[in-house]
Amino acid sequence: MSALLQAEGLDLRFGAVRALDGVAISIWPGEVVAIVGESGSGKSSLLRVLAGMQRADAGAVLYRDAAGATHSVLDASDAALRRLMRSDWGFVHQNARDALRMEVSAGGNVGERLMAAGDRHYGHIREVAAHWLERVEMDPARMDESPKNFSGGMQQRLQIARTLVTNPRLVFMDEPTGGLDVSVQARLLDLIRGLVADLGLAVLLVTHDIAAARLLAHRIVVMRHGQVVEEGLTDRVLDDPQHPYTQLLVSSVLAA
Amino acid sequence: MIMLQAQGLQKSFTLHLQGGIAMAVLRNVDITLRAGECVALAGPSGAGKSTLMRCLYGNYGCDGGSIHLRHHGAMVDIAAADARQMREVRRDTLGYVSQFLRVIPRVPSLDIVAEPMRARGVPLEEARARAAALLTRLNMPPSLHGLPPATFSGGEQQRVNLARGFAAAHPVLLIDEPTASLDAANAAVVIALIEEAKAAGQAIIGIFHDLPVRERVADRLLHIEPVCEPA
Amino acid sequence: MSETSPKPRPLAGYNFGYLDEATKRMIRRALLKAVCIPGHQVPFGAREMPLPYGWGTGGIQVTSAVLGPSDVLKVIDQGADDTTNAVSIRRFFSRVAGVATTESTAEASIIQTRHRIPETPLREGQILVYQVPMPEPLFKLEPRVAESTKLHALADYGLMQVKLYEDIARQGEVGTSYNHPVMVNHRYLMSPSPIPAFDNPKMHMNAGLQLFGAGREKRIYAVPPYTDVRSLDFEDHPFKPVRAPHACAICGSEESYLDEVITDDAGGRMHVCSDTDYCASRPPLEDAP
Repeated sequence: MSALLQAEGLDLRFGAVRALDGVAISIWPGEVVAIVGESGSGKSSLLRVLAGMQRADAGAVLYRDAAGATHSVLDASDAALRRLMRSDWGFVHQNARDALRMEVSAGGNVGERLMAAGDRHYGHIREVAAHWLERVEMDPARMDESPKNFSGGMQQRLQIARTLVTNPRLVFMDEPTGGLDVSVQARLLDLIRGLVADLGLAVLLVTHDIAAARLLAHRIVVMRHGQVVEEGLTDRVLDDPQHPYTQLLVSSVLAA
Repeated sequence: MIMLQAQGLQKSFTLHLQGGIAMAVLRNVDITLRAGECVALAGPSGAGKSTLMRCLYGNYGCDGGSIHLRHHGAMVDIAAADARQMREVRRDTLGYVSQFLRVIPRVPSLDIVAEPMRARGVPLEEARARAAALLTRLNMPPSLHGLPPATFSGGEQQRVNLARGFAAAHPVLLIDEPTASLDAANAAVVIALIEEAKAAGQAIIGIFHDLPVRERVADRLLHIEPVCEPA
Repeated sequence: MSETSPKPRPLAGYNFGYLDEATKRMIRRALLKAVCIPGHQVPFGAREMPLPYGWGTGGIQVTSAVLGPSDVLKVIDQGADDTTNAVSIRRFFSRVAGVATTESTAEASIIQTRHRIPETPLREGQILVYQVPMPEPLFKLEPRVAESTKLHALADYGLMQVKLYEDIARQGEVGTSYNHPVMVNHRYLMSPSPIPAFDNPKMHMNAGLQLFGAGREKRIYAVPPYTDVRSLDFEDHPFKPVRAPHACAICGSEESYLDEVITDDAGGRMHVCSDTDYCASRPPLEDAP
């Protein structure tokens, strides 16, 4: 067994700002890795670079597909990246509206990835979509409704169903619970935790929510000023933080 | 057969937010643990018994020393293991019953107990059946098995925690204060569980404040003395 | 029955076919490229034409570029040769090119059309020129041109299928009775222009050359003879060409595409062939109006 995604020496500058400064990270099959840090620490930039949505100035990102072939994400063509995004990967955005088609029904939103992957059986698409709506705790009877009718938490769950319907191997999540009410957040986190465990997904999760990271992640990567300052087992990083910044981060969390 | 051998364990904490003061907690701790035996950690409160347990489990990182653990038939130094190896060790070899259950919202008690078995590939129904049997044995009525433990009393939560720890039958088990919030009847069940585990060849390191319990289950005591000098 | 008019004398002062030779050459280059990549939209430098956008400026430029002195031109609008647009364009080319014109599908070498494919099957050597208002089939689904171009490049057509899915989910059937999207040569998604879905199957393996011109959008595309053209559908909701369930009131045809005509203020109506040439070529019913 080897890493699913492996990155080394990533550099990225925005003018004078070093968004990424020599970052290395890897994620293995079935592993949930949380990237934590304050706003501007480079965690979202890292996610975008790893997912091929942003080119780094230097470094390498290697993805190993199901057949064992290795792809260089930074050198991949648009076509190759889209193929990956359509088959092997998923991306869950902070704002569900960035990912959903608001004028398309809930069922159509979930079905789109199936249709993009070549499914041409209407009945089958609806069956799978209904199944996924149930998995994200939505009433399949509402599959013909527009996502505009849904609450923020439901829209986010719909986005997750839409992302997971094609059984991706690696899912990128950018603050998936950001902007939601606390009670809605808890339910969503729990849903994600269950799905990830059941499906054996590899997940790269960017969050500033330490409690979310503790609940979901096997491993934590702490970023500051574009650098990885500490990483390791989630409970060790949070219970025995070594770096001054990690100690500050952990001590700033209200115990719950 | 030696299951775990720790040598020269060191642990101190550097509190960067308090001007970088360092507090030494463990100094040169050695442990040898064989299959089928139970070693009890002894020593005054604050001597570092719980810290040692956490170091053994990898929850705390060690500053020095080694912890060789028999994992998949070979001795592996888990003090130097990376996060992925440590996850595998925890899944297959090393179990931990902490004092408090870290509650996962909305997950039924039965599934919390079954989860470590599931992680090791036990089929769902079998894992649930074993979980239910253990919970029932710990006097948790079946009506509670389907409920998340968030609203349970301390004693009930601790029993869920114990069931979870014993269910997976890890070859090496770390137990921190298993009877602290239990009544005599449940404490007796815990004693029986420990004795059965030993008879099955599981090796156990425990912290027992309840001395009669300790007398019953411990084969040896390991004294942990507070570190008096500064780090 | 020959309906072909004799060749008229062209108006003096115009280049043959109205457009200058350089422009025609540019359009022919775009056409060649379009024929080489069936269904792919090729940009071209559409010119101002002496009629408004939406009246067939794209089709006229394509016709002008392929027209030769020996061609026989037919122009139809909604299947009819005698509607204003068809008459004007036919007269335009007879004046600026001096070509013979006809209402007979069989006798025409070039047929410019809006909204229909003639009922009479094309034969090899004939050219069908479509006037196209909006060449981009993804237009309503993906407003960003750069993105839809990319979707074509990557053959990423799940989105179009989503549209059909939505039609079925909302109406129980595919709602596009006009301009139903097609896959050309198993590669490019193409708008067939606003022809009825009834006509879509005629595009498949057609012996004639089909050229599409969109003047305002400055795009040309083509379906070469004998090319695979499939209407998008689902396995369990196969594409169905719909036709009013009547016989033509004039010729009695039960195969042709029908127009519904209101005959009086009392709600009287009848169904007649939309293809006037086809209808006229058949023996009339005895009690036909």
